[in-house]
Amino acid sequence: MSSSDYDSACLPDLLPLYYRRLFPFSQYYRWLNYGGVQKNYFQNREFSFTLKDDIYVRYQSFSTQSELEKEMQKMNPYKIDVGAVYSHRPSQHNTVKSGTFQALEKELVFDIDMTDYDDVRSCCSAADICSKCWTLMTIAIRILDRALREDFGFQHLLWVYSGRRGVHCWVCDEAARKLSVAARSAVAEYLSLVKGGEEMMKKVVLSDPIHPFIRESLTVVERYFPRYALQDQDILGRKESVDKVLALRLHVRKELQQDFQNEKKPESRWKLIREQALRKQSTAKKGQHFEKEIMLQYCYPRLDVNVSKGVNHLLKSPFSVHPKTGRISVPIDLKELDTFDPFAVPTISLICEELDRPREGDEEEKSAETNENEKDTAERRKIRDYKRTSLAKYVKHLDQFLDGMARSWKGHLLRKSDLQKEF
Amino acid sequence: MQFPSRRRKQTSNPQTELYAHPLQFYGEPPLENMSLAEFETFAVDRLKLLKTVENLGVSYVKLSEPYAKKLESEFKNLSFPYRPEADDRKTQSGPNEYDKRRKDHISHFILRLAYCQTEDLRRWFIQQEVDLFRYRFNDLPAKQKLEFLHRNNLQYDTISVEEKKSLLDKLVNSSYAVSGITVEDQDFYKVPFQDALDLVRTRKVYLKAGYVYIPHQDIVTIVLNDFRTRLSKALALTARSLPAVHSDERLQPLLNHLSHAYVGQDYSIQKNVGKISLEQIDSLSGKSFPLCMRQLHQSLRENHHLRHGGRMQYGLFLKGIGLSLEQALQFWRSEFIRGKVDADKFDKAYAYGIRHMFGKEGKRADYTPYSCMKVILSNAPSQGDHHGCPFRHSDPELLKQKLQFYKVSPSGISQILELVKGMHYQLACQKYFELTHNIEDANFSLNHPNQYFIESQRVLGGGKDIKREMDAPQRPQEITAAKGNNAPREAATNDPQGLADMTEDLDSFFQDA
Repeated sequence: MSSSDYDSACLPDLLPLYYRRLFPFSQYYRWLNYGGVQKNYFQNREFSFTLKDDIYVRYQSFSTQSELEKEMQKMNPYKIDVGAVYSHRPSQHNTVKSGTFQALEKELVFDIDMTDYDDVRSCCSAADICSKCWTLMTIAIRILDRALREDFGFQHLLWVYSGRRGVHCWVCDEAARKLSVAARSAVAEYLSLVKGGEEMMKKVVLSDPIHPFIRESLTVVERYFPRYALQDQDILGRKESVDKVLALRLHVRKELQQDFQNEKKPESRWKLIREQALRKQSTAKKGQHFEKEIMLQYCYPRLDVNVSKGVNHLLKSPFSVHPKTGRISVPIDLKELDTFDPFAVPTISLICEELDRPREGDEEEKSAETNENEKDTAERRKIRDYKRTSLAKYVKHLDQFLDGMARSWKGHLLRKSDLQKEF
Repeated sequence: MQFPSRRRKQTSNPQTELYAHPLQFYGEPPLENMSLAEFETFAVDRLKLLKTVENLGVSYVKLSEPYAKKLESEFKNLSFPYRPEADDRKTQSGPNEYDKRRKDHISHFILRLAYCQTEDLRRWFIQQEVDLFRYRFNDLPAKQKLEFLHRNNLQYDTISVEEKKSLLDKLVNSSYAVSGITVEDQDFYKVPFQDALDLVRTRKVYLKAGYVYIPHQDIVTIVLNDFRTRLSKALALTARSLPAVHSDERLQPLLNHLSHAYVGQDYSIQKNVGKISLEQIDSLSGKSFPLCMRQLHQSLRENHHLRHGGRMQYGLFLKGIGLSLEQALQFWRSEFIRGKVDADKFDKAYAYGIRHMFGKEGKRADYTPYSCMKVILSNAPSQGDHHGCPFRHSDPELLKQKLQFYKVSPSGISQILELVKGMHYQLACQKYFELTHNIEDANFSLNHPNQYFIESQRVLGGGKDIKREMDAPQRPQEITAAKGNNAPREAATNDPQGLADMTEDLDSFFQDA
């Protein structure tokens, strides 16, 4: 239908509507306020807006939810980024003595971008994605989500579709928000297996013993590999891609190339590789994991480590609109991860149109609006507004996520008030 | 830190107690009186030691045999306590163990004064002291290690035998040095992962629910973490009391000089601005650029784009060889607009970054070109990146092809690859310099891409006006390098003679290093 067809020229017309009637401000504030456990947590948070013509405004900050609302409705940002919680209000960063204005805390974040997989996907390149290569994101989420929970013990992970070609993860646990730069980079490096730039062909090198983390990650990859890599990407089909797979595995390349002459089916070719690897493992002492290395090089998540490292690094906010695609950056429900379809994510044009569709009860609403308590009604109407659009289920997921977090700080607040009573 | 006038006898009880163990956490500052001359010697010797630690860390695997051997001989030369089991009795010649431990103690605290002033200095100092401590702790016999933990009240939670059994498989597969048998024999400590980042980073430890399980033999990691945290706090405190020390006119020039010594030449001084035209860059990149910059230049020309890491590394290098801001903007714009970026987008998205490099935006810091150490150790290249050190960050096979393409002789290539294999990346680059400039021995120790460029121009003798301008702006130590020992020495002119000698000594040391 035409409704999902998004035209970036319409963005300036749609944004005011989106920020006035659809953006989930109350959930958004509830998230970044973190239950008010720490003083000024929301107030000292940096937001940055990208306006029309790529005008970039950093160090925005707001004292209340309604101030944030008013400002966003006034500026109508094309893109919203969230930064760190600072020692002072970011909007006043120029007035404090230089050196004292410092980034103190931020969620631990991860940014996975499909462009970083360009050397291992044949279906698309650069900013393009399709349902075939989207599997890479599914694998990435599965692997990282498990490791962050089981290995690092984090619980509150918000996974978000970036709106175009990647996903973000916001680890919101208190312990994660307080991590130092060194700790963030250690976590990111623990999670990075694919290393090296354009001058490195063999990007995964395993050595004995294979760490439990890598084993766990491999079990995830193995689940998707046959369907994704062998069938969809056909990495063992054409000669060039076979050469690429075997590149720099010099000691087995010749043998395998010969075997491949009589065997064309990708699954069988892969079986040959596995058998070869098994044989080598039984004879050689160590370092013969090339079948695992191939799987990881083709499927393992590729993190942008620099995004995760910095406390003050900005990351695109959930529920920000992607100006190029018009899609809303929505939270992903991991219970439905395998069926998550980036192309089904609503665009700003779609939800604005859904809002305009006539529905029952419109009359009532009009009469209600004339009531004395106008402000309350407007508030209630806004809640009903997003519920009428395809945005509803994503906002609901954020609500559930926030409920989970609220349970964790309830205990904290109780303890705090108990302590005060002892006086 | 104070040096009160009351003279304490060296043999007084608290000091002896403090030096009872060969290694210490430097919890107590020294409280004795000492001569200015000794103060200087101690400071300079420790700085030399730390500089050695830094250099060895780049050339060798830390704690590998050659690393330990070289470091040990440096300990001997500079009279620091090097063999923990050495007894306290006076040896035939030279200082005894007590003197060495005292020197270790006092010199550490002097350098704290010199290195607490800026974030950069603190980071460098902590890194070297931590590496030094790691080496020394590792060198201790098991008994003394335990004694050290005991003396410093370091207690960590161990896991039960049952827990150990249930995790056996995971523990064995998480560490290179643990096997089924040794798991049973040794204690495992369970600490928050934040306390053992080095092990987490390299995936050399089992990690579960936010806790790492560290075998006893890796306990150095937690101890080091403790050491690092304490030192970092102590430096912050020291910085606060610094004004008092700075009012002492005997110490202030010395401390300043000490703290400036570590960086060496930073190649940021730009008297040669505008001496290179944009047309020269292509030919210079083939003749006088180190391989890393040649690679970046080539990929920029091919792709009409470089990602952030590449723009920083190459952009600052170009700034260092003399491109002005205007030239830099023109250079990057003209290349980028041949690709996917139009002039408008360039001005919006990239020009800021280039002005930033020249200190015209943001916090207005004038950024210095990256040294080899920085290129090798920080911000490793990932997908789509062309920056980094080609000797460190390339597949040997690809490096070989590249060198062949650049007409390096087969025997030269194998020499280079041998050095790369031994992780001597800077030496490999130097070898590349010698081979491409047809000289036997480069006669300098390569540690900076811009140094490579200057040396290359010197050898080629071409671009004469570039060369003359390059010589002029160097720091005192570089003048020494260029013109010999009778060069005027600004830093030392106002100092007492002793200090002048000392700084001269220091200068010549760092010029050799």
